[in-house]
Amino acid sequence: MKYLRWFLGLIFVGCFLYFNFFIYQGDIIFKLINVILFSALFVLFRVIFGPSPADRIVAVDILGILIIGMLALIGLYYDKSFFMDIGLIWALLSFIASLAFAKILEGRQLDD
Amino acid sequence: MIREIIGMAFIILGITFDFLGVLGLVRLPDVYNRLQAATKCVTFGSAGVLFGVFILQGFNNFGFKALIGIVFIFLTSPVAAHAISRAAHRSGIPLTKETIVDKYQEDHELREG
Repeated sequence: MKYLRWFLGLIFVGCFLYFNFFIYQGDIIFKLINVILFSALFVLFRVIFGPSPADRIVAVDILGILIIGMLALIGLYYDKSFFMDIGLIWALLSFIASLAFAKILEGRQLDD
Repeated sequence: MIREIIGMAFIILGITFDFLGVLGLVRLPDVYNRLQAATKCVTFGSAGVLFGVFILQGFNNFGFKALIGIVFIFLTSPVAAHAISRAAHRSGIPLTKETIVDKYQEDHELREG
């Protein structure tokens, strides 16, 4: 049963990588952005099915960091620098939200 | 030419680290293990992507914004990870069954008497 799950996951990831890098005709930056979006799918799996609240908080924190890299690549393709501003503000808000969630999870209030 | 090759190499390395870190987030058995794998690999991965963008763009406003992003990620991500793991341990989320030693719990019992 364990090896069956490993094998199904390997087929899933392998099919994605094959269709992304050999079938899809696009710019190389778009192929890399597709890899980041596929990683975000895994992170959303952990957000939905996480057994404990701390798993969901970790996944949301990691999703913010992934989106910074994706915005940097989009800005690199269109040659506009304001995407990086959006990324910096997203990082700031994600950091503050992680600290607030951690404080609530510990059982304290926000003005403590 | 050589600058573009080095920049794309950094970007591809960073995205590989992103993907491996997220696989660790899915596969590992515990909150603390998941936090360790995800935070290390994703921090290095996104910082690698931003450093590759800095090498490709050079010293203009886009490159300096990417450098500011690297500094910001390196300062804030370990702080958030430490806060989340401390809150998870204090709120009583159980460790995995294969755990051998738990020094934080021992210190807490020693402090409580």
